[in-house]
Amino acid sequence: MDAVEHSPNTPLEYQTETGRLNILGFWIFLGAEIALFSTLFATYFVLDGRTAGGPVPADLFEVKGVLIETFLLLTSSFTCGLAIHYMRRHSLKGLVLWIGITLALGLSFLGFEIYEFIHYIHEGAALTTSAYWSAFFVLTGTHGAHVAMGIAWIALILIQLKQRGLTPDTSRKVFISSLYWHFLDVVWIFIFTAVYLLGMVM
Amino acid sequence: MKWDEFFVTGDPLIYGADVSIALTLIGVIFVLTYFKKWKWLWTEWLTTVDHKKLGIMYVIAAVLMLFRGGVDALLMRAQLTVPDAGFLDSTHYNEIFTTHGTIMIIFMAMPFLIGLMNVVIPLQIGARDVAYPFLNAVSFWTFFMGAMLFNISFVIGGSPSAGWTSYVPLAGLELSPSVGQNYYLLGLQIAGIGTLLTGINFLVTILKMRAPGMTLMKMPIFTWSTLITCVIIIFAFPVLTVALALMTFDRLFGSHFFTLMDGGMPMLWANLFWIWGHPEVYIVILPAFGMFSEIISTFARKTIFGYKAMVYSMVVIAGLSFLVWVHHFFTMGAGGAVNSFFSITTMLIAVPTGVKIFNWLFTLYKGRIRFTSAMLWSLAFIPNFVIGGVTGVMLAMAAADYQYHNTYFLVAHFHYVLISGTVYACFAGLHFWYPKMFNHRLNEKLGKWTFWIFVAGFNLCFFPMYFLGLAGMPRRVYTYGAADGWMSLNVLATMGGILMGIGFLILVYNIYYSFRYSPRETTGDPWDGRTLEWSTAAPIPFYNFAHVPEVKGHDAYWIAKKEGTDKIKKPYKPIHMPSNSGVPIIMSTFFFISGFGMVFSWHWMSIAGLIGVLATMVMRSFDYDKGFYVSVEEIEKLEQTTK
Repeated sequence: MDAVEHSPNTPLEYQTETGRLNILGFWIFLGAEIALFSTLFATYFVLDGRTAGGPVPADLFEVKGVLIETFLLLTSSFTCGLAIHYMRRHSLKGLVLWIGITLALGLSFLGFEIYEFIHYIHEGAALTTSAYWSAFFVLTGTHGAHVAMGIAWIALILIQLKQRGLTPDTSRKVFISSLYWHFLDVVWIFIFTAVYLLGMVM
Repeated sequence: MKWDEFFVTGDPLIYGADVSIALTLIGVIFVLTYFKKWKWLWTEWLTTVDHKKLGIMYVIAAVLMLFRGGVDALLMRAQLTVPDAGFLDSTHYNEIFTTHGTIMIIFMAMPFLIGLMNVVIPLQIGARDVAYPFLNAVSFWTFFMGAMLFNISFVIGGSPSAGWTSYVPLAGLELSPSVGQNYYLLGLQIAGIGTLLTGINFLVTILKMRAPGMTLMKMPIFTWSTLITCVIIIFAFPVLTVALALMTFDRLFGSHFFTLMDGGMPMLWANLFWIWGHPEVYIVILPAFGMFSEIISTFARKTIFGYKAMVYSMVVIAGLSFLVWVHHFFTMGAGGAVNSFFSITTMLIAVPTGVKIFNWLFTLYKGRIRFTSAMLWSLAFIPNFVIGGVTGVMLAMAAADYQYHNTYFLVAHFHYVLISGTVYACFAGLHFWYPKMFNHRLNEKLGKWTFWIFVAGFNLCFFPMYFLGLAGMPRRVYTYGAADGWMSLNVLATMGGILMGIGFLILVYNIYYSFRYSPRETTGDPWDGRTLEWSTAAPIPFYNFAHVPEVKGHDAYWIAKKEGTDKIKKPYKPIHMPSNSGVPIIMSTFFFISGFGMVFSWHWMSIAGLIGVLATMVMRSFDYDKGFYVSVEEIEKLEQTTK
């Protein structure tokens, strides 16, 4: 089953049947993730402005912190792309280096986001404050939880890369995790625009 | 928490349930130990990744849930037979209609259909397993653990009682302070993981693993209906995931999504619930349509009439299914424009559905019909489903719906579509594909007894409910007064319910009887079938096909039989198969533990469970087992013992 012919130019992760099936399945899973985040965004928009006399987003949002977070996550998507570039050239060293940088950027993003959440809670805007803040924390928190899961997952794949080197299996895992990472980046662009920018303007 | 708060106490019915659960458990443990079957159970079933065995386990679980949901239904009928009955109090009644609805939709209808899909789809497309056999086992076990978590609520902690729709504020913390609602949220959440994975798994399986020659437009209709169902699952279930999570946050962590205070919006729940809930009813009806198509075509001995129209109408139904959700609450008062829009989209669904009805009729036209049990269910489906569908169009008219809303008219409507659609299909499919599951047929005579009694009972039970609804009887009331004048129709309905129960018991007896006395299959093709699943040997070897079949058109096996190409022997090649794994059942058990902890807000327990889930995921990630090859000699040996 795994011994299907492929041209010498076929990337490692696409060389086996398992690889091709898993990558397609993951794309479809990302479709389900889009439905999930769409529902969270819809909830956020429905509850937007329902602050029940409590703090409103325009009072609390600050451009600086959010811009740093955006910069970190967008850059991490770029470095993740570089990692795949090195994987395609069969450079394990380059791959591990750029994945390491991607993880570091992801961790810093999480650090800033947690700091931001703690700041809001100190200012009196928590999950329990009002419908608006419930929606805010669950939307951004779901994204943050995805980033945290991604970091843990990719760290495990790094260990497997160290153990086994670049094989069709490990490269498949790296490739799929990279799809996930880019997806989180796309979701963040929507959060940045729809939650933070609109929240500061409106 | 004291023990009498933990266990449900004070009700003789519950004590009876406690005793029967304990006796069943002891009985199962005794039998397994006495016959030394523990190891067999573990290696052959609990760790299996074989789609046929997983399918069988799905169906068994679904039949058990049908029993549970059916008992709930009969308890309700018992209470409603006469006015001012005191058999159940209002709380108990509320709990029972809640668990009845939830169990029948989520833990009976879906797993029954998914079980039959598991058995049939890989065989029907000429594949040796699904795309992700391991994930398939995860799907089954998360469904099973979710179902168990939901089911233990009635003896531990108390059942949910806010209806299967769980509208807020009724389902909120203030009005439903008991843990019952948490069971609903967590049980559905865990089972939902399995459903989503099934959707992805079967979509990829059908897209990528079809036998050579089977283009999309040569796929059997059941395969098409499964493909479309998978797409609906993939886009609908994440909405349920979010809705359940939000209500869980409201109840456990004090957020304000659906609360009356602090800006929450109760109607948001109704919208989210039905954005999932309406596609959900098509998730349980489209596979049923697919099964009826296969069965009618087989027993009319004709290829399905209007194949393309069948496919396109299902695609249109799937699209429309996401655009009709507001018809579940026209009375919310969204305004004329909104209600009109959803009224029209709802009525539009009748068009592709009508196309399908006519295609089935034209398939029957001039066919040489064999009246097997499976065929009888399919034939009864057509008129009964039309009654359900036409009353659905009545309900779709927003202005008229203000009159029908929340009455027994609605109850009659959705039972007419769900029972004569989904449940008839489950029974028809069970009779039809039973030889593929257990290598013998169900007894036809008993099968026909089941059919006539159940169908008569069904119509006797639910047809009067249309008139009860028109006479003003509201749904979900636990009793009514003698002056209301609803008794005679209620008595009829209860008699019908009892008949349905008898029909079910005959089916169960039939399973036992056929296991003992039915002759074993010798050909693998008991019905003179048309699609590839009937080309497999009896019993089916675990790799399904020794040779991957080649497909030349619709009804691929029929063509092969006509051309005589079904018997040609070719040299075998080694077959790659996946290894069994204990990870899915262990992972799902941790999901159960975590869910149970969350139900009671025992956070140490839910966190421990989640750590267990993550640990099993890590185990899986580091597992590089690539399955095994079945050698040519083994295939030859196995092929000689079959057929």
